[in-house]
Amino acid sequence: MIRHATIERNSILLLVLILIVVAIGGIVQIAPLFYLESTIEKVQGMRPYTPLELAGRNIYVREGCYNCHSQMIRSLRDEVERYGPYSLAAESMYDHPFQWGSKRTGPDLARVGGRYSDEWHVEHLNAPRALVPESVMPGYPFLARTPLKTARIADDLRANRAVGVPYTDEMIETAVMDVRAQADPDADGAEDLRARYPKSQVRDFDRNPAMVSELDALIAYLQMLGTLVDFDVYKPEENLR
Amino acid sequence: MAREREIDQPTGTETTGHEWDGIKELNTPLPRWWLWTWYATIVWAVGYWVLMPAWPLVNSYTTGLLGHSQRAAVAESIAQARQAQSGYVQRIQAASLADIEGDSTLLEFALAGGRSAFAVNCSQCHGLGAAGSLGYPNLNDDDWLWGGTLDGIDQTIRFGIRSSHDDARVGDMPAFLRDEILDRAQIEDVAAYVLSLSETVEDTEAVARGAAIFAEQCVACHQDGGTGSPELGAPNLADGIWLYGGDRANVIQTIASGRAGVMPAWVDRLDAATIKQLAIYVHTLGGGE
Amino acid sequence: MTMSNNHGETTAASYAVGLALALGALLGLFLTARAVEPVMVWHGILFLVFCAGGIFLLIRWHTAGPSALDTGLVYNDAVTRAGVVVSMFWGVVGFLAGLAIALQLAFPVLNFDLPWTNFGRLRPLHTSAVIFAFGGNVLIATSFHVVQRTCRARLAGEIAPWFVLWGYNLFIVIAATGYLFGVTQSREYAEPEWYADLWLTLVWVVYLLVFLGTLWRRREPHIYVANWFYLAFIVTIAMLHIINNLAVPVSWTGTKSYSLFSGVQDALTQWWYGHNAVGFFLTAGFLGIMYYFVPKQAQRPVYSYRLSIIHFWSLIFLYIWAGPHHLHYTALPQWAQTLGMTFSIMLWMPSWGGMINGLMTLSGAWDKLRTDPVLRMLVVSVAFYGMSTFEGPVMSIRAVNSLSHYTDWTIGHVHSGALGWVAFVSFGALYALTPILWRRQRLYSLQLVSAHFWIASIGIVLYITAMWVSGILQGLMWRAYDNLGFLEYSFVETVAAMHPFYVIRAIGGALFVIGALIMAYNLWRTVRGDLRVEVLPVPRPGPAMAPAE
Ligand code: HEC
Ligand code: HEC
Ligand code: HEC
Ligand code: HEM
Ligand code: HEM
Ligand SMILES: [Ca+2]
Ligand SMILES: [Ca+2]
Ligand SMILES: [Cu+2]
Repeated sequence: MIRHATIERNSILLLVLILIVVAIGGIVQIAPLFYLESTIEKVQGMRPYTPLELAGRNIYVREGCYNCHSQMIRSLRDEVERYGPYSLAAESMYDHPFQWGSKRTGPDLARVGGRYSDEWHVEHLNAPRALVPESVMPGYPFLARTPLKTARIADDLRANRAVGVPYTDEMIETAVMDVRAQADPDADGAEDLRARYPKSQVRDFDRNPAMVSELDALIAYLQMLGTLVDFDVYKPEENLR
Repeated sequence: MAREREIDQPTGTETTGHEWDGIKELNTPLPRWWLWTWYATIVWAVGYWVLMPAWPLVNSYTTGLLGHSQRAAVAESIAQARQAQSGYVQRIQAASLADIEGDSTLLEFALAGGRSAFAVNCSQCHGLGAAGSLGYPNLNDDDWLWGGTLDGIDQTIRFGIRSSHDDARVGDMPAFLRDEILDRAQIEDVAAYVLSLSETVEDTEAVARGAAIFAEQCVACHQDGGTGSPELGAPNLADGIWLYGGDRANVIQTIASGRAGVMPAWVDRLDAATIKQLAIYVHTLGGGE
Repeated sequence: MTMSNNHGETTAASYAVGLALALGALLGLFLTARAVEPVMVWHGILFLVFCAGGIFLLIRWHTAGPSALDTGLVYNDAVTRAGVVVSMFWGVVGFLAGLAIALQLAFPVLNFDLPWTNFGRLRPLHTSAVIFAFGGNVLIATSFHVVQRTCRARLAGEIAPWFVLWGYNLFIVIAATGYLFGVTQSREYAEPEWYADLWLTLVWVVYLLVFLGTLWRRREPHIYVANWFYLAFIVTIAMLHIINNLAVPVSWTGTKSYSLFSGVQDALTQWWYGHNAVGFFLTAGFLGIMYYFVPKQAQRPVYSYRLSIIHFWSLIFLYIWAGPHHLHYTALPQWAQTLGMTFSIMLWMPSWGGMINGLMTLSGAWDKLRTDPVLRMLVVSVAFYGMSTFEGPVMSIRAVNSLSHYTDWTIGHVHSGALGWVAFVSFGALYALTPILWRRQRLYSLQLVSAHFWIASIGIVLYITAMWVSGILQGLMWRAYDNLGFLEYSFVETVAAMHPFYVIRAIGGALFVIGALIMAYNLWRTVRGDLRVEVLPVPRPGPAMAPAE
């Protein structure tokens, strides 16, 4: 204990030692995730979010849906049987930040895309208990009434590119147009959008042709969740980790 | 300013001789049980590292002597569960839907599986008791939009209705007002006629005018007398059972703008045996044809 | 002491601070004028008001002389007093927010279907209000008090401690109002957006400097163990905060940013942060409180100096590794999960080292629990600390976590730590501090402290037992199979099954709020200088009361 007296008498020494001691764990655990190739599976189908989906994702974040919904199907039998194949690391590689969640007050949403109709989502987000009487989810009727702000969506794509999402110049240029092309079946550009963003779904998600609403964006996001990775060609046995 | 070490009276332990704002410290040795429990946890941890994937390296990580992988383990546990059911499942796969209904053990199994898959996947729309709600059909009654045969139900579940699947069932009722086929007055008349099929409507003149329009615009799908045609998903309008509600406003709304309810396709999400079990379950709920 | 003389003296530092505040005010003006969203306008105005207020106080301080900011002769107690007041305020706000969201889960109509009142926005308001606003202010206030007394030195700097306190509270207000308008990074316990994070970084660096500066001035040869914990808390939170919040803003005049990392790397970074927010904010910091207030209130020496050393270093080393226990069975590679689990288990005894040192400090003075409700609160908090640091390692075992994760069990664990440990030790410290800081003979009423203790304890028991039952029930229902191997329940059936427990939890929460209101009243009367006439329990004369010599 004599040596400890030295530390106790020297605040800078104490400070430096604390810093060293608390830095180690994080370095050993986090750094390898960036360089070990086994961390992220090789898959086909992942692409950046379309501008409309990205806007929807931002609404998902804004409303705090992650407080009740996970987007991470664990590798456990009951979860796979309830929600679908366990989530892969690759599936959230463009998620800044990740939305895995830590509490399931509501069900997992990692593969909710295509599970329900747009109408169902419209009704459900407006008034969850009208459809599911036992639900404790809040209603979000204001989403349907609020026009989606799209003027600055290109900046969002640019910021995403800055953190590593492979948006091309073309995608950034056409971002505002792409929002409309995806949410308004009467607008042009749906084919170009699909070429830029394979498997993107084009329709009037909120069933209100009069405007592109926040609800359009949120449903577009929900309907694409878990639909990108091509599980027909994915080889689970090569990605056991 | 080291102070004298002293013996603390109540405990008989020596202090360290320091004091801060009146607080002193005893120099009690580490409790043995504490230390040994801690050592035990460390030994256990080291053992765990040897057996399981644990430490990152430069190109890989230590995989552990047991070669365990949570992904392999879940695949294994699901395979085991399937194995336990495989006797039934194989017979279900091989048998026709009708044969399954005839075999009581198979039927029991299929109903259990169907009930479970229904609760997990379908109840959000059709309700826990499959009684449906506005816009989502009741599956307990014997009124079917697309026909209530086992095969019909199976096909509905497999490909959905107006889903994005290529083989989905489609039957699009026009939006008579929006598409400017009828004007508002005509729609009110034809609505009066439709309502008259299941209840008494006062305004017999409107009903008469509506009948004429109905014969022209609607019989192709809903048939004479509004009995419906399951091939097109056009419901029976004369039975008093309504998908979208039977009051005047709802009926007018349907005619004016169509409905086009969507039921998702499940082929890509559920395996064939599960879909078969679902079909049987739904079929037996009541009213299966 | 010499430093008490330089109040109001205009030095280069005063000009530097004034200039910085003026620049800050300009920045606020700029943000307000150029903001791309309404929230940023509001936050720009807040910042402007803060800086203008700072300039005003600075001028008043220089013109009005020493007494304007501080009346303490040797110690800077004024800033601690302010810290106690804001702590109590945020405590009540945070508990009320908790009660509100508890009621929303029991009765969802209470979401009112409005943007500002829905659960998704209020929940982070609750967690930030209790952890950062209540807990953080308690930590700042107590650390300022403790470091001065145990170093026998006045707090370093005259303006700096005030900047830390008010700057920190500005951060809280920006964060909290942001949540209501949907401004969030969605990183649990790090929800504030990039500009609030930058501001907090600045405040935190000053906090570190004030704390270190006071240690440098100390007139005790050794640094007391409470200060090791406070220092570890301040330094480590700085490291965690900076790395976890690395992000690229969409615009310099907008609120939104995108985090630098994505997916699995982002997840582990976040839970490295999240777990250690628990380890260093809610544990190390509050252990600092315990190490001062428990021996002080019990008037007993700390149980074991050697245990202090071993458990301090092992605790801070091991805690950092435990983060992956929040990501069991996820897409995080399994090797990392193994490390998270094994380090959590090894963390058990080092955590209990703190509990032992706290509880055993009472040896020879256990009978004081009968007479001193403040000490009772402190001791029960240590017991809860022991309980949640046992439960934590159990939950970090993969097999257990496969059941508990995503369920209310986690919520129960959180609140046995949060209500039982964090809040109770804070209550004890605030009760102990108030008469000292306001130079009162004693608290207004000890019977009210006792009432608070019992009401809040019943509240905690209702809360955590309800959550254990509902959590385990939920976990079991999700994975329940019938005898043919098919999933037994739909998801909504499990939601419906939670309802009674959500009601019980809300009742427990209401009791906890009532307790806190009683406390606020008691402290307020104490500050006013009132003494309630009550028969105070007479301490039994015993060996503990005998002088140690
Ligand atoms: C208070 C908790 C809570 C919040 C906040 C919440 N939900 Fe839910 N959510 C639920 C519950 C409970 C259910 C299950 C019952 C139901 O279907 O309504 C659910 C169900 C869902 C479903 C159906 C999932 C399925 O597979 O059945 C979707 C989609 C959904 N929520 C989306 C959202 C979105 C988007 C948000 C944010 C805008 C959100 N939720 C916010 C609790 C919540
Ligand atoms: C998104 C909501 C939704 C989900 C989920 C859903 N359905 Fe449906 N289902 C519908 C709608 C809407 C219709 C009616 C479509 C129409 O108007 O023709 C329907 C129709 C049906 C029909 C035809 C009824 C008839 O009268 O012909 C059957 C059978 C059926 N569903 C079974 C299921 C089963 C089994 C599942 C689960 C595997 C399921 N549904 C899931 C919405 C849903
Ligand atoms: C192309 C086929 C088609 C034609 C033509 C058509 N319908 Fe329909 N009708 C349908 C289908 C399919 C539905 C099922 C509703 C759905 O899910 O879209 C339906 C539903 C309805 C309903 C709602 C029944 C309920 O249970 O709520 C009413 C009422 C109705 N039709 C009236 C009419 C009238 C009146 C006309 C003529 C003016 C008409 N339909 C012409 C196909 C048609
Ligand atoms: C009146 C007292 C309180 C009540 C009624 C209350 C209620 C709640 C509720 C309802 C939740 C959300 C749970 C869910 O999503 O299912 C929650 C979360 C949380 N609360 Fe409290 N709370 C109280 C006090 C506190 C205190 C004092 C603290 C900390 C010091 C605290 C820390 C937290 C944390 C960290 C979470 C998030 C847990 C997680 O994400 O796992 N709470 N609280
Ligand atoms: C040895 C000490 C501890 C260990 C090993 C530990 C372990 C754990 C584990 C395994 C979880 C669940 C993670 C999950 O399944 O998502 C958890 C959650 C949590 N614990 Fe502890 N715990 C400890 C002490 C504490 C203490 C003292 C507190 C004080 C308040 C605390 C606060 C929390 C919080 C707030 C969460 C919720 C995190 C979230 O949002 O998901 N823990 N802890
Ligand atoms: Ca959480
Ligand atoms: Ca942040
Ligand atoms: Cu943790």
